[in-house]
Amino acid sequence: MPSLREVAQYVRSKAAGPFWVTIDIFCGDQAAYERIRKAPALSAEAVARVYGVEPGAVKVFEVTALNVLKISFPRVQPQGSARDADSHAGQYFVALLDAAVP
Amino acid sequence: MSHSTSEACRVLVPSGVLGSGCPQAAFDRGLSLKPHVIAVDAGSTDSGPYYLGASVSKMTRKAVKRDLRQLMVGRAQRGVPLLIGSCGTSGTDAGVDWMAEICAEIAAEEGQSVKVALLYSEQEPARLADYLARGAISPLPPAGPLTAERLAQCDHIVALMGYEPFAAAIRNGADIVLAGRTTDTAVLAAVPLMRGLPVGASWHAGKTAECGGICTTQSRNGGVMLSIDAGGFDVEPLAADNSCTPWSVSAHMLYENSDPYELREPGVMLNARDAVYTAIDARSVRVTGSAHVAMPYTQKLEGSGSIGFRTMVFSAISDPKIMANLDLFLQRLHSRLAEGISTVLGYEPGDYDFDIRPYGAGALGQPGETGPRPTPREVGLMALVSAPTQEMANEIAKFSNPLLLHFPLNADDPLPSFAFPFSPAEVELGRLYEFKLQHVVALDDPLELVRTRYFTIDRGERLAVA
Repeated sequence: MPSLREVAQYVRSKAAGPFWVTIDIFCGDQAAYERIRKAPALSAEAVARVYGVEPGAVKVFEVTALNVLKISFPRVQPQGSARDADSHAGQYFVALLDAAVP
Repeated sequence: MSHSTSEACRVLVPSGVLGSGCPQAAFDRGLSLKPHVIAVDAGSTDSGPYYLGASVSKMTRKAVKRDLRQLMVGRAQRGVPLLIGSCGTSGTDAGVDWMAEICAEIAAEEGQSVKVALLYSEQEPARLADYLARGAISPLPPAGPLTAERLAQCDHIVALMGYEPFAAAIRNGADIVLAGRTTDTAVLAAVPLMRGLPVGASWHAGKTAECGGICTTQSRNGGVMLSIDAGGFDVEPLAADNSCTPWSVSAHMLYENSDPYELREPGVMLNARDAVYTAIDARSVRVTGSAHVAMPYTQKLEGSGSIGFRTMVFSAISDPKIMANLDLFLQRLHSRLAEGISTVLGYEPGDYDFDIRPYGAGALGQPGETGPRPTPREVGLMALVSAPTQEMANEIAKFSNPLLLHFPLNADDPLPSFAFPFSPAEVELGRLYEFKLQHVVALDDPLELVRTRYFTIDRGERLAVA
């Protein structure tokens, strides 16, 4: 099955304040957007499992006008805390690149 | 300054952060468009808890002075207010005073006469404890309720100001406003809001320009000009060869925001869900349909406190035998270190933290990583020792030095030597800070937590502090 890295145009992650991470999936076109937004591996529950957070804490936004799926969640290691290795959360997106997109 | 609501209000935003620079040609073009205000943010929490905890600027003084000089000279040419938010990165009182000193130096060097307002928004934990006691402080997700103990753990606390203190300072005749911690957006929205322009459009315009050129197609080629009017706002890059497109402007609502449509500001919630982005020409965009809802007046609190000291040792390994058995190697190394630190130094695991991050083999702890990892060719081992004092962190790191240099995979292997890049191998990282607050304080008056002082510079001479 194709993965997110093959279907999406561009995926990025970034700290949204010290306690949140936000991941923007730029799908490129509407066809890719429809596939990506329906992918079970990118549901709130699946993303919660990947990042080890409570499923209820994951917010998924469908930004139809931009063909963007936006996923935000509280980070397990707050920015700059003792065990944090990615202060700006710039590499968090990588863990989603292999998500299956039917 | 005219306060007619029919007139557009133009806001020149030179960059996303003071100190990052704006090409002079772009800035001059912006001035030629007759801005009503020059406004820029100078801070962020984006670089972590150190800058607030230690109350020092992330930007170098020379870069800040270069930018501030450009803005002060431009301001004097146009005779409009200059607003700087979140001075000194974290917007502590020391950050405001640092910026005031730079401003006074420039005024003296340029022979300027200006009235400067200083807005302080750093908070004493004891004062906030009173607000806490009467239930005026509430958590934002994912934080829990605040406690007085947690307030006391903060070395510095700031409350993010809205636009009102800026408006008050301008009404009192300030030419330049140097502010402590402020929302990025409020600095840019202040003059449009005080001139009575639409609330939704003013905040949305501010949000669009808060990172300077990031809403343009060439994000490092200068900032933007906002023009807010009764029906919405226009945005265009300062640089003639840069452009804004409906895509570049609308996509900026995604950047660093956990919500792509809503943005909470003091006393208001911006809602850009139904905003319409239209190209005016090849380089300018018009935005209409920005909505807002009035909310209780709150200021967000940021606090940072020290939780110990750190020392780092970095070494690198490419020995194929260890690369093929890295997990086992690290497990044995951890055990051997803990044993030695206990028997020789007398510290037990709860007294300190010893974190070894294998760069090149999962140091980022990528969540969701499953299955065997390919054998790396080379791994950088970052050993991070955290302890209550710098001396103790150094002591543990120095004790560990021989093992981080020579530890064999198996006890009967010949002694290996790994690659230390530095002498000395130990690097003091100083205090480790942690963000302590994710809370808002409810206020009756937007100026309640703000202290405003003024000073005047007359032809380069600093005259009075009031």
